[in-house]
Amino acid sequence: MAQRASKKSADPAANHTSAQVVRDLHERMVRIRLFETEAGKLMEAGKLPGFLHLYVGQEAVAAGVMAALRDDDQITSTHRGHGHAVAKGVSFKHMYAELYGRVTGACLGRGGSMHINDVSLGMLGANGIVGAGVPIAVGAAFAAQYRGEDNIAVTFFGDGATNIGSFHEGANMAAILRLPVLFICENNGYAEFTPQSKHMLITDVAERAASYGMPSVIVDGMDALAVHQATVEAVARARAGEGPMFIEAKTYRYYDHQGVKGLRHPYRSDAEVEEWKARDAIDLLEARALADGTATRAELDDTWRRTRDEIAEAIAYAEASPLPDTADLLLNVYSG
Amino acid sequence: MTTITEAPALAPGGTARKLSYVKAFNEGLAQAMREDENVFVAGEDVAGYGGVFRMFDNLLDEFGPRRMIDTPISEAALVGLGVGAAARGLRPVVDLMFMDFIGVCLDQIVNQAAKMKYMFGGSVSVPLTITTASGAGLGAAAQHSQSLEAWLAHVPGLKVVMPSDAYTAKGLTVSAIRDDNPVVVMLNKVLLGSTSEVPEQIYGIPLGQAHTARHGSDVTVIALGRMVGEALAAAEELAAEGIEVEVIDPRTVQPLDTETMFASVRRTNRALVVHEAVTFGGLGGEIAAQIQDAAFDYLDAPVLRIGAPFSPVPFSPVLEKAYVPDQARIVQGCRRLLERS
Repeated sequence: MAQRASKKSADPAANHTSAQVVRDLHERMVRIRLFETEAGKLMEAGKLPGFLHLYVGQEAVAAGVMAALRDDDQITSTHRGHGHAVAKGVSFKHMYAELYGRVTGACLGRGGSMHINDVSLGMLGANGIVGAGVPIAVGAAFAAQYRGEDNIAVTFFGDGATNIGSFHEGANMAAILRLPVLFICENNGYAEFTPQSKHMLITDVAERAASYGMPSVIVDGMDALAVHQATVEAVARARAGEGPMFIEAKTYRYYDHQGVKGLRHPYRSDAEVEEWKARDAIDLLEARALADGTATRAELDDTWRRTRDEIAEAIAYAEASPLPDTADLLLNVYSG
Repeated sequence: MTTITEAPALAPGGTARKLSYVKAFNEGLAQAMREDENVFVAGEDVAGYGGVFRMFDNLLDEFGPRRMIDTPISEAALVGLGVGAAARGLRPVVDLMFMDFIGVCLDQIVNQAAKMKYMFGGSVSVPLTITTASGAGLGAAAQHSQSLEAWLAHVPGLKVVMPSDAYTAKGLTVSAIRDDNPVVVMLNKVLLGSTSEVPEQIYGIPLGQAHTARHGSDVTVIALGRMVGEALAAAEELAAEGIEVEVIDPRTVQPLDTETMFASVRRTNRALVVHEAVTFGGLGGEIAAQIQDAAFDYLDAPVLRIGAPFSPVPFSPVLEKAYVPDQARIVQGCRRLLERS
């Protein structure tokens, strides 16, 4: 049975460390929030080709997990991957340029939103196929174990992905090979437009880990400190060779599955959305930081302002970047 | 590593050592593992049992459980493990036992392994080798007998090799492992016990280079995998009647060495393509179309395709024998081409 996360992160004795952690988490969340809201506006303005699966609402998960990782730790992401990329440190310029289909983008304009990656930062790609990143992270963890290195792998996926075979196969494989890989389930309550209650009969996805002999923990996915603390513990375990662990973060997606606002029948109520927004992860962390003195309003505002400036610069860079040359249509189909 | 050690010439007069197809594969794999510490093998029953076709015999003894990994029956996770490990710089060899099983892991092969380099903008390579046993002829029925090379050759980013004898089983496997791309090695089950000359040292056979297995001036037969042997037997039979058949073994079907085929057809003016896979949508259609594009004016007859009928592979030996193309059908096909011109 999955354990409910403890509230160790609120321990005042750890105040000094936690001040740094709070500022780190805040910055990562603000970077994701602003990157995504601006991307949404650009899409609404018709400037971006293709699909856009925005991460807004779930920032505490990417920020909380990534703040517990090293640069050489590897992650695999999902179709909703911008948040993971931003939190892992992928540059705004490369990301926006990719969304614009420019040759300066993270995939040279060949991949778009769903394939943003930066292998130099251990970001092994967003992924357009639900659940497909799970076994790939298992392979990255295998490589670390094979070489005797202590970097770990983390795979992000949603509640919906735990109904697909690659998740179950990957979880069992990781467990049986005792690999250093963390399974981060971002349970946002919906598989595209289908509510969790209509796609599985359990409430806590973390229960699924038990059948693979994998310990699990459930955290409040709107509480970045809770996500972070649970991840720190799971990372330590994985690095020590104690095998994989499953973390279910209960969270929520503010925007639609794809794009900004759906046009079809309402699959969820405005009241539900507002209820979650009232517990917004960034608001929660800011309130906590101001209350316990780990940050001042001016410091927090400064983070927003700096990030806005950086984003404006990155968008300008993307818009000024050249398009790919059609003569290079076959570039990188093969190595060598 | 991308350098290819040129395949050594075989000893004159066929005096070199002979080895079975499966042992040649095993020897090439073992030598590639000795050559590069990053090579490991994962799959169902590959370590403790040595593989259901004895492909991995004795490798656990030499390389130990770190490099020979038995996995659960989880092909999607197995190939995915290979993709992730390859993206991190290892050279995984993952075994799918029967080719028919690719249906349960096609996403990892087609959407992940094949496309990762391209869709990542070139930032990663996937030096993954997938070994699998294909082909009919053993009464293994519809789910354990297919030749699905056309499915895979259709996917940009993948390479596909079809060893036709022990010599190519070793050399193509070594090249697949040394290659920086995902390569599927389609071993043929019926050929596993067949023997031919195999040099003892490690050697690679260049991927994407066809081999002219027999020279002739009257008809070009392009044969895939096990059909190479059938085509050579057919050529021998027709030679007794004074008909000289040229037999081309593409060895690699993706990339496909069409230049060797075009050059041959320009001399013989007739072409026949033969494969075990069903004719409809098979590589015979692709090869025929390309020959027509490149050498239409040289053709004395339409390019002929010989493949399996449009049916699953049957079980009963009498049906299976009628299903799989063979020497007699190739002989018949060559005669038809000659009669038309």
